[in-house]
Amino acid sequence: MLRDITLGQYYPTDSHVHEMDPRTKLFGTLIYIIALFLFNNVLGWLVVTGFLILAIHTCKVPLSYMVKGLKAIVMLLLIAAAFNLFLTSGTPIFTIGPLSISDVGLRNAGLMTIRMIYLIVGTSIMTLTTTPNQLTDGLERSLHFLNRVHIPVHEIAMMMSIALRFIPILIEETDKIMKAQMARGADFESGGIIKRAKAMVPLLVPLFVSAFRRANDLALAMEARCYHGGEGRTKMKPLQYHGVDRVGYLVIFIFLVLVIASRIVYPMLMGLIGV
Amino acid sequence: MSIKLENVTYQYSPDTAYAITALDHVNLELRDGEFIGIIGHTGSGKSTLVQHLNGLLKATEGVIYYNGQNIYDKDYDLKDLRTQVGMVFQYPEHQLFETTVFEDVKFGPKNQGLDDKEATLRAYEALEKVHFPTDYFDQSPFDLSGGQKRRAAIAGVLAMKPAVLILDEPTAGLDPKGRDEILDMIAEMHKKSGNTVILVSHSMEDVANYVDRIIVMNDARVAFDGAPKEVFRHYKELETMGLAAPEVTYIMQELQAAGFPVSVDATTIQEAKEEILKVFR
Ligand SMILES: Nc1ncnc2c1ncn2[C@@H]1O[C@H](COP(=O)(O)OP(=O)(O)OP(=O)(O)O)[C@@H](O)[C@H]1O
Ligand SMILES: [Mg+2]
Repeated sequence: MLRDITLGQYYPTDSHVHEMDPRTKLFGTLIYIIALFLFNNVLGWLVVTGFLILAIHTCKVPLSYMVKGLKAIVMLLLIAAAFNLFLTSGTPIFTIGPLSISDVGLRNAGLMTIRMIYLIVGTSIMTLTTTPNQLTDGLERSLHFLNRVHIPVHEIAMMMSIALRFIPILIEETDKIMKAQMARGADFESGGIIKRAKAMVPLLVPLFVSAFRRANDLALAMEARCYHGGEGRTKMKPLQYHGVDRVGYLVIFIFLVLVIASRIVYPMLMGLIGV
Repeated sequence: MSIKLENVTYQYSPDTAYAITALDHVNLELRDGEFIGIIGHTGSGKSTLVQHLNGLLKATEGVIYYNGQNIYDKDYDLKDLRTQVGMVFQYPEHQLFETTVFEDVKFGPKNQGLDDKEATLRAYEALEKVHFPTDYFDQSPFDLSGGQKRRAAIAGVLAMKPAVLILDEPTAGLDPKGRDEILDMIAEMHKKSGNTVILVSHSMEDVANYVDRIIVMNDARVAFDGAPKEVFRHYKELETMGLAAPEVTYIMQELQAAGFPVSVDATTIQEAKEEILKVFR
């Protein structure tokens, strides 16, 4: 149960998207998000949908994994859609009692729902195909330029990857200690707030002790291997662009051009038809 | 007091990409008063198996009966089961939390609803049983040596007076002397109380000298189940599972192969000695 959150959401399989450099994927996700807010007509929607389907298809992750994230925001989506539907002014096209739905409202609600769903599904492709470590690596390289303004990018990335690495370990540890104390008759589930808070002591004390022990060991191990921060540090597996990345960037670029074009072409088309 | 497992299957993280079947249709009956060793290679499912016996893990499939009652029944009192089936985890010293050893050992009995006086008595008794040095009763458990911590943690479970005692690798990470002391202490307790004791280990040598029954786990299944000498007859198969029979078994097998009329069933050094001496008499 606890464990399911831990591995992030990485879904291990063999696909071109998995093979890609994390920087390519970060860039692609960024462009995708921008495009989501750029498109404003059917043509743009088709382009974005096409790109999303292409990504879903190439990454070989079952669709159910991407849709999982949607469950959490269903309520939010419904409420936001309802507000957009009923509270936007415009030409009413549908009226029930005091509530009326305008054409603008309908359009806004539709656009917003599509944008939210696409946002969740699209960004989850990124996290499903990239391990947390690759992600921090990619961020570190992409944000390298911030070093010039004296932001310690490497150190922040290192802290991030250590923290990420420790989450599953600590969760496992929590699970173990919880079981051990339950075997001694501890009860974490019943009782009022005060009783429950007290019941946490046998869990938290050993957990902190072990966290500090691990932190200590890690610091020692890093020092023993002469870790001294990012200055002049090389990587065992330096990030490198490959063929897939070139194709990736090309697809992303074409996608961006198409989305922008859709904004220009659509009104012209409409003008031609004379609407 | 018997524990019966019927077709017990357990999966970690089921329905995800990381699903692992840690138990695969396990059938077992653990009878009252037995001293049982559960042996298996790393990752064979030993810890998973024993965590089912006191209801800490719930089988994905299958049923477990404790004294004839299904422990997965809706109105079954799991908390009560946990006080009857005591469990000492792998590296139990990681569960210590109180300010003094004595207070820590009292944690279990107090959870059972005993008053302070009774809990104190139980704690005292349990610490004596594990031969914990009296001088350290009021020490912080974090200032003890590894072996002492281990004893304090075992006492924490003993103090609950469980009818069935499970120990998951109680000797992991101890030196040979510490290991023998702990195992001797467990054997002594079993002899005195006559309770069921289940000892999980990956060392045959450890277990062979003490238990009356060995259950060998391999790849989430029970591979062998029987008296030590029966199990060790399969020493060739045990090797393919990454386990080994005790040294003595190998010596006896080779002696027999060389034409000496010895029985290959000796499992302890003492038995082997008698067998070999018989030949020369
Ligand atoms: N919390 C968990 N989540 C997911 N998988 C687990 C978990 N605990 C154990 N496993 C897996 O279940 C299988 C059985 O593990 P188990 O801990 O029962 O082995 P074991 O026989 O006790 O090994 P060891 O001798 O190392 O203690 C292993 O493949 C392990 O990777
Ligand atoms: Mg284990």
